[in-house]
Amino acid sequence: MPDRYLTLVNAPVGRALATRVGLPRPPRLRRHRPGDPVVDGEVLLGAPGTARLVSAIAETLVRVGADVATPLDGPVRTAAAQANLDAKIFNPEAASRDRRFRALVLDATSIDRPERVDDAYAFLHAAIRRVRSGGRVVVLGTPPPDCDEAAEAIAQRALEGLVRSLAKELRGGATGQLVYVARGAERQLESTLRFLLSARSAFVDGQVIRIGAPIGDAETVDWTSPLAGRAALVTGAARGIGAEIARVLARDGAHVVGLDVEPTQNELRRGMQELGGTALTVDITADEAPDEIAALLPTGRVDVVVHNAGITRDRSLARMSEREWRTVLAVNLTAPQRINEGLLRRDAIASGGRIVCVSSISGIAGNAGQANYATSKAGVIGLVETSAPALGKRGITINAVAPGFIETQMTAAMPVGLREAGRRLCSLRQGGLPVDVAETIAWLASPGSAGITGSVVRVCGQSLIGA
Amino acid sequence: MNAKPRRVAVLGGVRIPFARQNGPYARASNQDMLTATLDALADRFALEGETLGEVAAGAVLKHSRDFSLTRESVLGSKLAPETPAYDVQQACGTGLETTILVGNKIALGQIEAGIAAGVDTTSDAPLALNDDLRTALLDFTRARSNGQRLRAISRIRPQQLVPETPRNAEPRTGLSMGEHCAVMARDWGIARGEQDELAAASHAKLHAAYEAGFYDDLVVPFLGLQRDQNLRPDSTVEKLSSLKPVFGGDDGTMTAGNSTPLSDGASAVLLASEEWAKQHEIPVQAYLADAQTAAIDHVHKREGLLMAPAYAMPRMLARAGRTLQDFDRYEIHEAFAAQVLCTLRAWEDPVFCTQKLGLDAPLGTIDRDRINVHGGSFAAGHPFAATGGRIVATLAKALHERGAGSGVISICAAGGIGVTAILEAVPTGEAGA
Repeated sequence: MPDRYLTLVNAPVGRALATRVGLPRPPRLRRHRPGDPVVDGEVLLGAPGTARLVSAIAETLVRVGADVATPLDGPVRTAAAQANLDAKIFNPEAASRDRRFRALVLDATSIDRPERVDDAYAFLHAAIRRVRSGGRVVVLGTPPPDCDEAAEAIAQRALEGLVRSLAKELRGGATGQLVYVARGAERQLESTLRFLLSARSAFVDGQVIRIGAPIGDAETVDWTSPLAGRAALVTGAARGIGAEIARVLARDGAHVVGLDVEPTQNELRRGMQELGGTALTVDITADEAPDEIAALLPTGRVDVVVHNAGITRDRSLARMSEREWRTVLAVNLTAPQRINEGLLRRDAIASGGRIVCVSSISGIAGNAGQANYATSKAGVIGLVETSAPALGKRGITINAVAPGFIETQMTAAMPVGLREAGRRLCSLRQGGLPVDVAETIAWLASPGSAGITGSVVRVCGQSLIGA
Repeated sequence: MNAKPRRVAVLGGVRIPFARQNGPYARASNQDMLTATLDALADRFALEGETLGEVAAGAVLKHSRDFSLTRESVLGSKLAPETPAYDVQQACGTGLETTILVGNKIALGQIEAGIAAGVDTTSDAPLALNDDLRTALLDFTRARSNGQRLRAISRIRPQQLVPETPRNAEPRTGLSMGEHCAVMARDWGIARGEQDELAAASHAKLHAAYEAGFYDDLVVPFLGLQRDQNLRPDSTVEKLSSLKPVFGGDDGTMTAGNSTPLSDGASAVLLASEEWAKQHEIPVQAYLADAQTAAIDHVHKREGLLMAPAYAMPRMLARAGRTLQDFDRYEIHEAFAAQVLCTLRAWEDPVFCTQKLGLDAPLGTIDRDRINVHGGSFAAGHPFAATGGRIVATLAKALHERGAGSGVISICAAGGIGVTAILEAVPTGEAGA
C-alpha cells in the first residue's frame, strides 16, 4: 500500500494545500543508489577541546572524498591538517546566510563535565539551521561506563538527551544520532560513520550506537564491495524485507544463501537466481533444521547469518490460542536461537562472522494484540545480549535491528487508522521501506563493523513508540 | 660583475600626501605627481643635477601617452637628464617591486644608486574609446575605397560614443577586487567586527604618528594638502560598524570603512650601495635584506585572489632562515581589512600551512602590536603603485629610529600576485654614514 499522503503533500498542489492548512508534510527520503558518494555535500566537523576521535573521523572523511569545513578552533584544524583533510573554515559570525551543510559531525569526547556540554550546544546551535534536507547530524562521545570520572560520565550521558531532541527537531528528512566510541576503539568508527552519513541510514533516526573494541581480527575493508567472498544466510528471504536484505547483501558482494518455507519456494528460487545466490527450502522450526541448514550450505560455512524470518498471529492475550502463541515464538525466537547453536556447534560460522537478528519496536515497547510477537522479539534482544560475550571470543558479532513501521504487505493489511498512526508517529512522519532495514543489516554485517556487538539498532524513523 | 652581492642600503623616501579620488589632485596627472615627488626626494637628499643609476617607477592606471611615464618625469625633475628610467607595472605590487629591481642592480654592482617610485591617479583616469567604435574607426583608416569607408562608418552607433572607463575588475574573472576579497573573507570566516577594529586602529596609528612628527620628513605637502586626506582621527569601531556592506552581498562584512578608498598620490625611495651613501654623506636607514614575489592561480584553482603574499612569505623566510615571529615590525598592506586578516589567519592555520604551503607546522601568530605601527593603507589611502614606496620609506625610518631589529613587508596585488621583502636595521654603533 503506497503512502498516498506522502505522495500528495509532495506534489505541487498538495504541498501548497498542506502548507496553507498547516498539515504535516513528510519529506521524501533520499535512498542510496549504486555509485552515490557517501556524502554529496559539505560536512561540518567540530571537535572542541582535545578530542579523541577527530583524527579517525577526519581520516574517514578524506577516504570518502567529502568536502569538509571546520570551525576556527586550533585543535580541529590541526587534526584536519594531520589527516591531510583540506578543510574549509566555518565561522558562524562571517558565513553567508545560504551556507548549508549535508552533515554536522561533532566529536564531543572532550566534554568531561556537565558545564562543558555547552560546547556541544555552541556547535550545534550555530549550525543546526544550516543542515540541508536529508542531512545528517552525528555526535560522537565516550560510553559513560568507560569514563574515568563521574563528572565525565554524567556529561557524556547528557548528550543522549541533546541528540534525541535535535533529531526530533530536524526537518526535511534529516536525522540525528549519537555514537559512543569506547577508548581504544577509535579505528572501529569508519563503517558506522559511513553508514550514518550516507543515505543508507535514511530511516535510522535518534539512535544511540555503541562501538567497542574490535571482535576478531582486524581486516581491511573494500568499501565498494565489503562482503565480497563472503556467504550470507538470510532466513525468510523469499519476499518482503527478507528479499530486500538478500538483494542488498548481494549488492555488497555476498553470496546469498536464501532460506524460506516450502510454499514460497518458487519466489525464493527466482529471487536467488537473480542474485546468483543459493535457495534453501527449510522449515526452521523443525527439530532437524539446524543440521539440515549446515549440511546444505554450499561451502559448509557462512560468514553472515540474518535471522529475518518472522510471523505474526495477532490477538489479545485473553483470546490467543496456545497454537498462536507457540507458533510465533517458535519461528521468531526459538528457531534463531537453535540455528545459531547448531551452526556454532559445527563451527559453520567463520571467525569474523556477523549474526544479525530482526527484532521489532514491539519487542521493545510491547504492543496490544501482539503479546506473542512482542515476547518473541524481546526474546531476540535477549538472545543478542546474552550471546554476544561468548560469540565475541570466537570472533563473531551478534546484533539486532528493530524495525518500526515498514511499508510491507503486513502493514498494508492493517486497518487505515492504525496504519496512518504507525506512519506519522515518528520524527520522519512516514513509514520506512524494506531497503532501510536491509541497509542497516548490511552495515552491521560489514567486516568493518567489528566494534559493534550485543547492540539493538532501531530502524524506526525515531518512532515515538517505545522511545 | 661583483663576485658577491653587496648590501643594499635604503636611504629614505618621501611621498606627497595621498588624496581621495576627485579630491585636491583631481586635475593632477601621474606625471605631475611623480615629478613633484622625485623633486621632493632630490631636495631631501641634495640630488639636484645628480646622475643616478636608474629610476624605476610605474603607475597602474596609465594614459597611453604615458608609455614612458618615468623617463618623462625624470626629464622634468631636478635629477640629471642623463639618469635612465623605465616603467614597471605589477598592480599594487609595483612600488615594492621597483624597490627590489633597483636594489638587485645595486647588490650586483651594476649601479650605485637609484630611485624606486610609484604613482597613481584614479581621478585623472584614462578614458578609452568604445571598442566597437575604435575598430570601426581603424577599419575606416585602413579602407581603400569609398564603399569600404562607408561600410566602416555605418557601423558606428550613438551608444558607442560613451567612453570606456577603467574597471577595478580582474580581467579573467570579471569580479571586482572587493568581490574577490569578499569571497576570501567568507572562505576564511573573517567577521565584520575584527575588520572594523583593524580599520579603526589604522586611522588611530597614522594620526598618532603624524602628531608625533614621524611623517615630518616623509610627507611633502602638495597642492595644498598637508596630510593624507583619507585620515579620520575620530574613526571608531562604533562608527565603522554602522556602515552598510559594499561587497559580498547584503550579509557581507566588507564596507567602505574597512576597504581602502580609491586615491591619488606618489612615493619615491632612494636606494644605494653603502659606498655611495658614505660618499654622499647620507645615513643608511635600513638594508633591503631579501624579497620574494609569488603568484597564485585564482582562475583555474579558485585560489583567493589576494592570498599570494601568504605563499611568498614562507619561501622568503625559508631562504632567509627566519621564522615569521623574528621581526620587530610588520608592514602588511591594508588593501582590505579582510585581506590582512585572511593572510594572518592563513599563516596561523594548520590546514593551509601543511596542505597549501607544504610546511610541517603553521607559520604561527604575529604580535598584532607590531603590525603597521605607523598606520596603514586604510588611513593613508592607497594610490596603487605608490603604496610600496610609502611602506618601504615608513619601515626604513622606523627601523632607523629603533636602531636594531628587522621588519617585513607584505603586499597583495591584482592578478593574484604578492610581494614580500625584509628590511634590516642598521645596528646602532655601526657607521651608517
